[in-house]
Amino acid sequence: MTPLIEALFLQAGYNAALVAVGAALLGFAAGAAGTFLFLRKRALVSDAVAHATLPGVGLAFIAMVWLGGDGRNLLGLLAGSAVTAGIGLLAVEWVTRRTRLSEDAAIGAVLSVFFGLGIVVLTVIQTMSSGRQAGLESFLLGSTAGMLFQDAIVIAVGGSLAVLATWVMRRPMTLVAFDAEYAAANGVNVPGIDRLMMALVMAVTVIGLKIVGLILIVAMLIIPPVTARFWTERSQSLIWYAGGIGGVSGYLGAALSASAPDLPTGPIIVLVAAVLFLLSLFLAPARGVAAAVFRHRRFQRKVHRRQGLLALARQEPIHDELTLRVLRSEGLIRADGVATETGRAQAAKIARDERRWDVAREIHQDTGLTGRYDGLTPIEEIFAPDEIAEFDRRIGGPRAIGEGL
Amino acid sequence: MSEPSVTLAASGGQAAAQARPDAALSLRGLTVSYGEKPAVFSVDAAFPAGQMTAIIGPNGAGKSTLLKAALGVIPRLSGEVSVFGQPLDAVRGRIAYVPQRASVDWDFPTTVIDVVMMGLYRQVGLLGRLTGALKARALSCLDRVGMASFSDRQIGQLSGGQQQRVFLARALAQDADLYLLDEPFAGVDAATERAIIDVLKSLKAEGKAVVCVHHDLATVRDYFDNVFMINVRRIAEGPVATTFNGETLNATYGGRLAATHIDQLNLVEGA
Repeated sequence: MTPLIEALFLQAGYNAALVAVGAALLGFAAGAAGTFLFLRKRALVSDAVAHATLPGVGLAFIAMVWLGGDGRNLLGLLAGSAVTAGIGLLAVEWVTRRTRLSEDAAIGAVLSVFFGLGIVVLTVIQTMSSGRQAGLESFLLGSTAGMLFQDAIVIAVGGSLAVLATWVMRRPMTLVAFDAEYAAANGVNVPGIDRLMMALVMAVTVIGLKIVGLILIVAMLIIPPVTARFWTERSQSLIWYAGGIGGVSGYLGAALSASAPDLPTGPIIVLVAAVLFLLSLFLAPARGVAAAVFRHRRFQRKVHRRQGLLALARQEPIHDELTLRVLRSEGLIRADGVATETGRAQAAKIARDERRWDVAREIHQDTGLTGRYDGLTPIEEIFAPDEIAEFDRRIGGPRAIGEGL
Repeated sequence: MSEPSVTLAASGGQAAAQARPDAALSLRGLTVSYGEKPAVFSVDAAFPAGQMTAIIGPNGAGKSTLLKAALGVIPRLSGEVSVFGQPLDAVRGRIAYVPQRASVDWDFPTTVIDVVMMGLYRQVGLLGRLTGALKARALSCLDRVGMASFSDRQIGQLSGGQQQRVFLARALAQDADLYLLDEPFAGVDAATERAIIDVLKSLKAEGKAVVCVHHDLATVRDYFDNVFMINVRRIAEGPVATTFNGETLNATYGGRLAATHIDQLNLVEGA
């Protein structure tokens, strides 16, 4: 455990600290920039963009070697990857717009063609005699072993710009993601905003190549916003929640991978993000699975309690196991099924409330009030005491048992 | 109402091609096409300010398409659009559009008040603050459609009618002069229909132009001043009292409207 704690507090060495900070920044930028990609339901376009970076990396390497360098300049490689990623993006757009193919088909085609081209270029590079070609394939899955301070700076600057652009453009991007036609009617340049979203994705992809690699960067763009969606109902907060989740994933993942030898950084970061997603999926208060099951159970118990009490009031037999269990657990019936004193009182109350409702419907034509009848909400929450007294007066007869309990 | 403003396209199409100066929205030769088959063909129209106009026609007649093309939401193949006598882009701020309810994902992470605030985005720009005063304005728009108490709900938790009211509140927040609504009464409850028509009539009373794509022929007479009848081409255009009759309905709907149905619409005889 000690190596992990050291890594968490950036005490695991210079490189580990650099990677942890870089991964946190990258995670934040990816989560924020990925938010609108997710809201626009174009998550998979980022996959095409990411795979389209590969030929650019290779071609930039070749170009730099021809120009006399050693071909390993990170900025140069990233610039090359951005160029082919942009071409890939335009290709997806063009195919979708100009042909009858749907976007998913275009994504599949572009992704595989560009990735294939990239692999061919890398193979050609292997056979080149000049340049230090070793390590180019690390862009596939990321590699943090030789991360330099300047690499961290590239991530910090690029990531900050991506987050800033996301924040500045949040309103038009929200409009387009929510309702593109309304946005267009308002004079928003919808294709332009779409391109901007993709440019942000491209920027994050390119700066993330070093740490996470092009295959897994999609996870960093998509998992954080999807996870954040469990915790907020507002798109503007979603940006920051997603950024936070991405940042935490990056930092924790980098620290974990630094705490043991030979743990790959990028995949660990993605796995940490996936764990946060699973936790949110089950535990989030409003949208989580556990909360939904709990709400359903509670509602079901309320319904069974009411049915059981009505049956008691009418002296009908109860056979439903769950109804019996609910009544027993609340002390409304004894183990042998006979109503307790409380049970009889509650049953009388429910039966009387039903009669009160009948009267209420006669008196109040206002469906706004009577429409709130669901058999579960106590009548006292809907009508005032004097109104209920009036219902009782109309019902007449002896006061129901259980009054005053 | 003395001048005969009924124009069946076959007879007097040329005369109406001149954009009327008092028109809030006028279209000239508007043509929209998906592929080679025109959805809207060479339509001239003039929607007057201070009045309510229904766009009616059978399914697939290009009603919504006409509206969207007029707003530049979908590209037009040809044709001129002018709003208050000016080109569209010069007067965007004076137009409010209420799209069909089905056009959005209601699970989108946004609340009722946030949706209404979207109507203010154009005014505040990219970085302008959504001040308390603007929020109060959004709330008062919600109040106008009877939805003020729902302001913090996630929009997916609303009924269909409530969702439509929120869309209308968003348009109100834009404080526009021309309101274009795409089937605002489709699939809403009676109370909502009442609430929406009340708001639209109050807009008209304020001198605004209201144009609705409308599908319920039975209410045209009660709700609207003018009717614009379309079936890919313009069929007829003019005041409901004189234009909305058996002849134009037959011309618009072809054989698709049973004669008994037309009788039930309680029409005046053709002008």
